[in-house]
Amino acid sequence: MFLSEAMNQTGTFFHLVPWAVLFPVLGLLINMAFGRRMGEKGVAAVAVTASGLSFVVAVLMWLSLRAQPAGATVPFLSWMTPVHIAWAFRVDTLSVTMMLVVSGVGTLIHLYAVGYMHYDVRYKGDPGRYARFFVFLNLFIAAMMILVTGDSYLMLFVGWEGVGLCSYLLISFWFEYDTKGNLSLANAKAGNKAFIANRIGDFGFLLGMFYMFSVFGTLNFGKVFSEAPTVAQTHPQAILVITLLLLLGVTGKSAQIPLYVWLPDAMAGPTPVSALIHAATMVTAGVYLIARSHVLYDLVPAAQHTVALVGALTALFAATIAVAQNDIKKVLAYSTISQLGFMVAAVGVGAYVAAMFHLIAHAFFKALLFLAAGSVIIALERAHHPLPEEGGHDAHHNDDPPDFDPQDMRFMGGLRKVIPITFWTYLIAGLTLAGIPPLAAFFSKDEIIADTKAAFPLVYWLLVLAAFLTAFYIGRQIFLVFFGKPRSHAAAHAKESPWTMTSVLVVLAALSALGGLLNWPHPYLAEWLGHTLGEVEAAGLNPLVAGTSATIAIVSFLLAWWVYGKRPLQSASQPDPLQRPLGWLFTAMQAKWWVDELYWAVVINPYIALCRIAAAFDVWVIDAIVNDTAWLTDFVGEKIARWQTGFVRNYALSVFVGVLLIFTYLLWR
Amino acid sequence: MVLTNYLLALSAVLFIIGVAGVLVRRNALVIYMAIELMLNAANLAFVAFAAEFGALDGQIAVFFVMTVAAAEVAVGLAILVTIFRTRKSVDIDTLHRLKG
Repeated sequence: MFLSEAMNQTGTFFHLVPWAVLFPVLGLLINMAFGRRMGEKGVAAVAVTASGLSFVVAVLMWLSLRAQPAGATVPFLSWMTPVHIAWAFRVDTLSVTMMLVVSGVGTLIHLYAVGYMHYDVRYKGDPGRYARFFVFLNLFIAAMMILVTGDSYLMLFVGWEGVGLCSYLLISFWFEYDTKGNLSLANAKAGNKAFIANRIGDFGFLLGMFYMFSVFGTLNFGKVFSEAPTVAQTHPQAILVITLLLLLGVTGKSAQIPLYVWLPDAMAGPTPVSALIHAATMVTAGVYLIARSHVLYDLVPAAQHTVALVGALTALFAATIAVAQNDIKKVLAYSTISQLGFMVAAVGVGAYVAAMFHLIAHAFFKALLFLAAGSVIIALERAHHPLPEEGGHDAHHNDDPPDFDPQDMRFMGGLRKVIPITFWTYLIAGLTLAGIPPLAAFFSKDEIIADTKAAFPLVYWLLVLAAFLTAFYIGRQIFLVFFGKPRSHAAAHAKESPWTMTSVLVVLAALSALGGLLNWPHPYLAEWLGHTLGEVEAAGLNPLVAGTSATIAIVSFLLAWWVYGKRPLQSASQPDPLQRPLGWLFTAMQAKWWVDELYWAVVINPYIALCRIAAAFDVWVIDAIVNDTAWLTDFVGEKIARWQTGFVRNYALSVFVGVLLIFTYLLWR
Repeated sequence: MVLTNYLLALSAVLFIIGVAGVLVRRNALVIYMAIELMLNAANLAFVAFAAEFGALDGQIAVFFVMTVAAAEVAVGLAILVTIFRTRKSVDIDTLHRLKG
């Protein structure tokens, strides 16, 4: 049988782990070379198979790890031999958990994108871009696999940069449009913003790596972690600085204060991208990095406190913004930032298992929320102007207002009747996010809150407040989108998405609902990760904390119903019911606390001014020196060239005159 | 002694004639003759001094100059023939393409 042949002498599949990267690379190469000739079905089949095979490899790793929980290191390629850095794969319970999440959720989202992109490329009028999308998506899976399986900080960084590149490419996938489909540079600028904000974080990561190399002499995980206690005694400050620099990298990639501003703009990318990269997988890379480096963080409480505080502040701050947004994807974007804050706060207090638990649950329910939101958007688009293949003719015979925006929740309402599958899955994901028992995030979020309560009371209170707002904003969204009566022509005539999209929603809804079983009632995940993370923290439900957070979630959700569900909005132009009672506070939250404007005033505009000075110096000094030198040479040359008459006798005369002068000098000296 | 002075004076006159010929004549062949004139003026000075001081060096230098001059004329005439074939003229002033 194939499987038994694939095992090596020790009876494990560990040596197959490079295929987790190679399959997606193979898929993207095939689609790059033949994508335009294969048609949509061929492209989709190749991309989904490549991602699916990557998931199969991850499952094989999981099976092998059950037999050998210690895992293995699989060397692959040599690189930078003078400093002993090679590309090796590290298979342990932590990396395989990430592999399963990335390739599993990734494959589901590939499937969803098959249907979603079919419509998207047609609404944007460029069906030829279908293959390019899946090339990028496979590239992302490959890069993410490199990130989570790398055996050293350098390989982690290679994957880290790779996913950053894919994020940039996919945010500005429709680079010539804005999110409403008008010609503009908005999407391209959103991509740049993400890229540049991540550069700042990566700069910190790089500095941290350089410092680590100068102190430890290696970047290999195993060696760094085994030497860390010794180094902590000889260079007490070094580990603090390294961990804080790595934290800067985390704030970039995982969208934490102060570098989170790129993530809301990243919603410019197609919805499957928002789900896969900017909710489920890439943005959790920062959490993975800290969990992976837990040996270092455990040595320096100051760095841990900083991490926890950054995470908790982000969780609360982003939640306040999410309450007041009208764009369906923007709400989810700020929700993602907020949930990432929960995870970062958890790793900050040393609750690595709780963080990974929430990471997995979040991957399920947030991917689902985004995909369901994409289904809502496509349903509205299709009702707003049907494609010719669906019997649509000239689009604008409906009575939607000219400022209609398929992503604006004010134009929705009443959708639960017309798109029931999307509604039910969205409801499950929303209740999971809110932390209603017994759905997955209730257990994971509860573990985080319980762990912070003992370790860091300030963080605990921040997170409780954020959890309250979480249930409120997701309740607001559900009632605005699915309840009440339709507030536009498109919302009234929306049609359910095809089965390729809805079946994925159903699978993810099941995972969101049942994901809690991973670590409750039996702490499977804690035992599993304990093989890599060392100690197993005390899992199990703290009845007081669990009761409190469940009550908070339910009360807050009911509050959302009281504000938005009981008296639904009547028209798209009606102001938000919270505008009057909250006043300026609501305006501030809606304006995202003017953080973007603040960054413009404090950082970007001064930087542009500096650039202008540098440009002026370049033009008026550097260029002037070069150009004037050239002009002088040219001028002098032109004058002297007149002497070059071409008449041989003139030259002879000048020789003669020269001879005479020399003789005169010799005679008279 | 007196003879040497006359010979040197003759040499100087021949040399000046040669220089003037190179500078004022346009026919390339004539310019060659003028150059030969200058070379022979130098030869005359050599032998005059050699006789004056009773040294052989000057006499030998003359042979060298004659040899080199013969070779130079051979090359120069070959160039001239080529120029004449292409341009049908040996007027030196028509050859002024190489100006700045």
